[in-house]
Amino acid sequence: MMPFDAVSAVLLIPAAAAILLAALPGYRITARINVLATLLTFLAAVSLTIERPPPGPYLLVDDLNNVFIVLTTFVGFTTSVFSATYISHELDIGRLTPTFLRFYHAMYQVLMFAMNLALVANNIGLMWVAIELATLTTVLMVGIYRTHEALEAAWKYFILGSVGIALALFGTILVYMAARPVIGEGLPAMVWTNLLVRAAAFDPALLNVAFVFLLLGYGTKVGLAPLHAWLPDAHAEGPTPISAVLSGLLLNVALYALLRFKMLLAANPNAVAPGPLMVTLGLISLIFASFMLYRRRDIKRMFAYSSIEHMGIITFAFGIGGPLANFAGLLHMTMHSLTKSAIFFAVGHIAQVKGTQKIADMGGLTETNPALGWGLVLGVVAIAGLPPVGIFMSEFLLVSSTFAREPWLAIPLVFGILLGLGALFLRLNTIAFGEPRGPSAKATASYLPMYSHLALVFGAGIYLPPAIVTWFQNVARLLG
Amino acid sequence: MRGLTFDVAHLLAGGLVLVSFMQLYQDRLYALLNVFALHALVLALSVAWQAYVQDAPHLYVTAAIALVFKAIVIPIVLHRIIVRLGIHREIEKVVGVGLTMLFGMGLVALSMVVMLRVTVDADPLAREDLAFALSVVLLGLLMMVTRRNAVSQVIGFMSIENGLVLAATGAKGMPLVVEISIAFSILIAFIVIGIFLFRIRERFDTVDIQALDRFRGERS
Repeated sequence: MMPFDAVSAVLLIPAAAAILLAALPGYRITARINVLATLLTFLAAVSLTIERPPPGPYLLVDDLNNVFIVLTTFVGFTTSVFSATYISHELDIGRLTPTFLRFYHAMYQVLMFAMNLALVANNIGLMWVAIELATLTTVLMVGIYRTHEALEAAWKYFILGSVGIALALFGTILVYMAARPVIGEGLPAMVWTNLLVRAAAFDPALLNVAFVFLLLGYGTKVGLAPLHAWLPDAHAEGPTPISAVLSGLLLNVALYALLRFKMLLAANPNAVAPGPLMVTLGLISLIFASFMLYRRRDIKRMFAYSSIEHMGIITFAFGIGGPLANFAGLLHMTMHSLTKSAIFFAVGHIAQVKGTQKIADMGGLTETNPALGWGLVLGVVAIAGLPPVGIFMSEFLLVSSTFAREPWLAIPLVFGILLGLGALFLRLNTIAFGEPRGPSAKATASYLPMYSHLALVFGAGIYLPPAIVTWFQNVARLLG
Repeated sequence: MRGLTFDVAHLLAGGLVLVSFMQLYQDRLYALLNVFALHALVLALSVAWQAYVQDAPHLYVTAAIALVFKAIVIPIVLHRIIVRLGIHREIEKVVGVGLTMLFGMGLVALSMVVMLRVTVDADPLAREDLAFALSVVLLGLLMMVTRRNAVSQVIGFMSIENGLVLAATGAKGMPLVVEISIAFSILIAFIVIGIFLFRIRERFDTVDIQALDRFRGERS
């Protein structure tokens, strides 16, 4: 491998920035360095789409993870821009001290490093370590306000996340056990590219058991329904940039791990089909979260449940499989990341203006703070999947391909989507329109990240560039 | 010789399951800590034996980590935390001992049935190890579910981790075992520091403890 190429840049820039940010005092300069580092990482990630180094024993870039890397680094970049304004306000009102801020920025970069490492890892053990690192950093960031609720949320996340991580490791060990008789002992038996090629010869029974553990383990991190308990708390109590990164990126990274193992199982003709398991978990998450949306009183918690709902839809899509459903799942994932982080950008500033996260205490935002209020309205329109937004397109594709393949499954799918839509608009009505409630000071907000995400999502609904379509189609074929 | 290596490995792995059962019925935190130290000790012996049998010197590192970190350092630190927080008398279980033990037996039977059936082709040593390891993992999960106190949950988590290390060392020639056990140790160290720094006495819904934590939060 070359000593320095784009892949190592994607990993080394955040790592170096983390060390630098931990050493530097002064929040203005650190916030800028944070933005700069994420921008550089994003540029390196984009250059990967043009030229890729060949896969090594540890690192790999192919069509599949390239989508995830570009998305992760892009949202990481825009979130860091949002975070700079958000955090300076938190500092002004004294919720954070400069020491904690230094820690926060360093952790942000460590998180970017961990997620990128998990995505480019060509080794199932390395991938596991990276996801564990990402979990640890987010736990620390969720608890950063050190209120009772934040600590509680961090602890819950910690315990559930650790159990998930432990189960995933057991699954990883079982995959190695299945690969060892075929590939031989040592490092090669943990390398993705080797595993995929030889998967047909693995012991199917062992692979089945392994997949159950992996699905439960990484599924906890995706936030699938019976294992989702940590997710709303972690979103509601941590700083909002972290909610945006959690929803927009970390859930995707865990899902990516699941997809890789799904490909492994699909490559073995005698193993159980992973699709039905994922379809079931996805549907349960979708319908459960849609019902839960109706009873939410905290705005961040509500959008956290909406993330569970959408992760359910995406898991469902990949579970159905086939070129069309995979394409829909991939598109939905991209659009959801962009939209949900835009919503959290809006929600973060709204909560700062209102001084609370309770939905009952906010109202008439489109009158008092038009830029924020309309941003939220557009975001909710996008996330609910109204035409002509990108999410409408992906949901439409998914529903139509489900109708063609398994008509009975399309009914609960459509039911869940409509249910979630109703809940979101019900709440949006109180927040954005009607009588203004609560304080309505001018917000010192950065609108650029939010509106650029929204522009992308609305733009994608109207025109999707052919280059991206072919790229996604290739990935969909790869996923099988 | 072949018979002896197998028997010793079998004995140690089986011992780990037995100690897991012992953890389930402890109702004092000090006693639980001692049993956990024993758990880590048995694990260290088992890993060391695997290192000897497989002729894999790097596994001695894992064994040493298990011995020093988990059998000595962590129990001592947790002991001091318990003293500081004054919670040594607390006995809180969600489910009674008898029922928990019955569940535990069911879980062990389940893991035997699952693992022995799917690993027919694997070599017998790895096969037994994996089945025992899954039992230890499930018993650890059971313990986390049936206890409400943060310290005993951490101990439950650490025994899950011991089970995983057993599985990883049983899988012959698995790379990254040492790295993974170090990563786990860091994770556990974080949890323990977390308990200490944030003084999480109990999870969920106890009113006066909430008040206490608020008070401490203001002071620090």
